[in-house]
Amino acid sequence: MNASPRRTVAAYLIAAAFLVAAMGVSALVGAADLNPWAILSALLHLPSSLDPLDRAVLFQIRLPRIVLGAMVGGLLAVAGAGYQGVFRNPLVDSGMLGASAGAGLGATIAIVYLPGIGPAAVPVAAFAGSLGGVAVAYLAGTAGGPGTATLLLAGVAVSMFLTAVQTYVQQRSASDLQQVYSWLLGSLSGATWQQALEILPYSAVSVAIVLLHGRQLDVLSVGDDEARTLGVHPGRIRLIVIAACALAAASAVAVSGLIGFVGIVVPHIVRRLAGTSYQLVLPLSFLAGAGFLVLADTLARTVLSPAELPIGVVTALVGSPVFIWILRSTRSVRT
Amino acid sequence: MSAVAVRDLTVDLDRTSILHGVSCEAGSGGWLALIGPNGAGKTTLLRAVAGLVPYRGEVLLDGVGTGSLSGRDRARLIAYVPQEPVLPPDMTVAEYVLLGRTPYIRFLGGPGRSDREAADRAAGRLGVARFSGRRLASLSGGERKRVVLARALAQEPKVMLLDEPTASLDIGHQQQVLDLIDELRTTGGLTVLSTLHDLTTAGQYASQLMLLHEGRIEAAGTAAEVLTEERIGRVYAAHVCVTTGADGTIVTPLRERG
Repeated sequence: MNASPRRTVAAYLIAAAFLVAAMGVSALVGAADLNPWAILSALLHLPSSLDPLDRAVLFQIRLPRIVLGAMVGGLLAVAGAGYQGVFRNPLVDSGMLGASAGAGLGATIAIVYLPGIGPAAVPVAAFAGSLGGVAVAYLAGTAGGPGTATLLLAGVAVSMFLTAVQTYVQQRSASDLQQVYSWLLGSLSGATWQQALEILPYSAVSVAIVLLHGRQLDVLSVGDDEARTLGVHPGRIRLIVIAACALAAASAVAVSGLIGFVGIVVPHIVRRLAGTSYQLVLPLSFLAGAGFLVLADTLARTVLSPAELPIGVVTALVGSPVFIWILRSTRSVRT
Repeated sequence: MSAVAVRDLTVDLDRTSILHGVSCEAGSGGWLALIGPNGAGKTTLLRAVAGLVPYRGEVLLDGVGTGSLSGRDRARLIAYVPQEPVLPPDMTVAEYVLLGRTPYIRFLGGPGRSDREAADRAAGRLGVARFSGRRLASLSGGERKRVVLARALAQEPKVMLLDEPTASLDIGHQQQVLDLIDELRTTGGLTVLSTLHDLTTAGQYASQLMLLHEGRIEAAGTAAEVLTEERIGRVYAAHVCVTTGADGTIVTPLRERG
């Protein structure tokens, strides 16, 4: 409703083109040198010059990693944009509500205490920890009455507490330090189709719920009192959207570890280009976030090749300066 | 039957009693101005009618209690403009006015043609249609007031609750906004309940005044009945001179000599 219909269509086309381009670049770049035409014809089930090894690289290594990266990026960006709408603050992200710290604690416990079960337990524990962290922050933050500032501060306090517990658990077992750290910094190496399928239901449900609340989030932007006199229930919307965002972020964290800044940087750039209505910001953030993370992952696996840089390092290197830029260009921050 | 009637309204906030058994009413197309010193309970009374604070007593619209109304149904009948509305800086005027249609839009739906038309009508009546594409952050104080009123009018309410509609406006813009509100109620049948801190303009524009003091009604009636030197001096601890002329009851503050 912000821009003219033509501008809205243009915004969707640009975001979609960005995602497709990012995926294309990522499919081409890597240790194995694959021919673009051969990739394209293989994807279209046409006769292709790819030999079986290249074919395996494309279909079992690169493509699942691209698809999983796109899902994770889209989920993180939508969760960030959703939280920003709920809290009327463009600087809020999943990490501030106990989601990341909760996931970190869950994953660390799984790595340290459940080594026998193996890597399968880590995503489940991270998923549960992420949801648990947000739930604790939400309960702690709303007990004193409504208000977004209280909830955010409770999120920060809960995050610090969970991080302290996580550090304690991690330091007790020095032998697991490297595994814990590599998880904490985020990575998509070893991505499989199986992982993408596992988080698909949670991703679909959570993203759908958040996207359906775009108009409500626009109404919330005039403040709780006025939203109520417009017939909207701010508390109910906040609970539903926070729960959906928590589910989205937890799904992402479960397969990728902690990847910061996507939820802040992507929605902000979308707002700059397409306006501030959440009816546009949410879906565009999904597309742009997917493209952004696919590109970031391409960098992560190529700059130090054959070694890999944790993807969280790449997003932080890009994200921190952008965060400062947002801070300096934000007219007024209301919580 | 009155368009709005408040019966025996009592509000306690944080265990402090704010309003004690206040009753008042305004007929259709009427304008009831709530006056009184800071902390008298004027804003709380508006907020209670808007359903924003819990209360004991009754708020009736056309004789029907509002206590059982859903938020949406209430929003179609009552619009509320706080003293300092939150204006998202990057939202456009058109987007903001359209928010007034929220109580008419189904959960999964979007604004339809009738909603856009109602929003356009409201924007046209308040003279904000010609800058509908501007961002809210770029508006002047007077433009903001008119935009917020257009948003409230787009709700097509029966009753409009206005908390200090002239706050932080210069004298010319105050008159412009008050004239607009007056026109809405006299030509549109809208009933207005507002707080107004300026006693003279309250008397000039409102059809009825109600003076609140420490949560109770001190006086109610026409400007000539309510605005007396003795009463204003006592309730506000102020020194004033009240004169009556062609322009109504004029309250002039006096510099105390002594």
